[in-house]
Amino acid sequence: MAHYTFTMPVSEAQVRALRVNDTVSIEGTLFGIRDANQIALFDKGRTTRFDMRGHAAIHTAPNVRRVDKSAGHPTGYAPVCVGTTTSARMERFTRPLMEQLGVRLIIGKGGLGKASAEAFASLGGAYLAIIGGTAALETTWVEAIEDVDLDDLHPESLWKFRVHGFGPLLVAMDSHGGSLYEVVDAEARGRRAQALAKLGIP
Amino acid sequence: MKVDPQQVEEIARELYIRALKILPPDVKEGFARLAGSETDGTARQVLDTMIRNIRIAEETENMLCQDTGIPIYKVTIGRGVAIEGADLQRAIRRGCERATREHPLRSSVVHPITRRNEQTSCGPGIPPIHFEYSDEPESLVIEMVPKGSGSENNSWLKMAFPADGVNAIKTFVVDCVLEAGGKTCPPTIVGVGIGGTSDLCVALAKKAATRALGTECEDPEGAALERALGEAVNMLGVGPQGLGGDSTAFAVHVEVAATHITLNPVAVNMQCHSARRASAAISPAGVSYGF
Repeated sequence: MAHYTFTMPVSEAQVRALRVNDTVSIEGTLFGIRDANQIALFDKGRTTRFDMRGHAAIHTAPNVRRVDKSAGHPTGYAPVCVGTTTSARMERFTRPLMEQLGVRLIIGKGGLGKASAEAFASLGGAYLAIIGGTAALETTWVEAIEDVDLDDLHPESLWKFRVHGFGPLLVAMDSHGGSLYEVVDAEARGRRAQALAKLGIP
Repeated sequence: MKVDPQQVEEIARELYIRALKILPPDVKEGFARLAGSETDGTARQVLDTMIRNIRIAEETENMLCQDTGIPIYKVTIGRGVAIEGADLQRAIRRGCERATREHPLRSSVVHPITRRNEQTSCGPGIPPIHFEYSDEPESLVIEMVPKGSGSENNSWLKMAFPADGVNAIKTFVVDCVLEAGGKTCPPTIVGVGIGGTSDLCVALAKKAATRALGTECEDPEGAALERALGEAVNMLGVGPQGLGGDSTAFAVHVEVAATHITLNPVAVNMQCHSARRASAAISPAGVSYGF
């Protein structure tokens, strides 16, 4: 179990070195993705001006405040509370995110499924688990909102954050077929009969 | 007691913001209990991070979670309270909109077909405002729950048959917890509705999921079932965030209603570890805020 500090963007080799149970902290750029903006990008043919190649994307839609544009707030948005949403809803977007936009790392909570695991293995990606529901902490790692695209979908815009010490995040799915969620799920289902027996069900 | 709609509006605004920032003491105690008994190393770290987040939210006066949820209000009207019902409803809705605009909060509410976000946390039928009545003299209590979507997306109803018995209910609850895995942000409060009609059964599950930890089902059969189910689901090892461990649920809560001779309904609705709620009691002495 190793810890890595990644200054974004990263190479395929850096991501392929990750193994389940390693930890990662992100420095620099982090993109925010969500249901509506991925539907727009991959189902409705919209495009983004962001270059996401080699970058990390987090499943989020933040609370923001409108402020005067300044060097610290180039978009006129200041972060209020930035957290993470459940990844499973966006399972089918993992492959197009990687193939079409070149994203290498997905940060989320609750895990992704088989199709994502296959995309990570064939294209060189990984899933980094953040602790869901700990947005007050997560917000302290966000320095600024550097840019925003597709903002007509607000708050499900495509966000570009500048982060510092964003982590540690747990490598929960790697490019070698490893998935903590699959292991825990199989073990839990293996204990189903025992739990039912405890309830008097043969 | 005459209640001013303007006061209700201020309270509805304040409750939404308070609920998002201050976790109720029973949930904090629930965390302490789980952290004290958890045997898995990763799970202990996850729980510690969640506890740290509660402290940071209070120190920085920030929201616990980014998900502002679906705002839900419940009003319990006592005896001798004078306010027009329609004014009361409008005041709550305005308070909810103002919290969103003035704090500001992320509006997490969209039209279900167009998916358009009005940036108000409101829309057709939202916020739901439930009414109950009590014998308490000169008392108006408003409760608020911002219901997060990670847990709400894991909601189930099964219209089992009487021949399937209570075993069908127990099995269903265990299978829902397995199906939810880490998606509901465990440790959760697993809310179980038993009986009623299909819609009442689902409403009971929500009531159970949003009940304070440490409270018991008023029906003794329901109370016995929630203890047994609580032990059983925590044998599964789903753990905090679905990453493994003992702490899958703070508790299983059950609410029951009588049902038809041909029905055996069971519903499950979960509350995530950020089990947020806030309340305000209006009396002739003034307003007091709580959970």
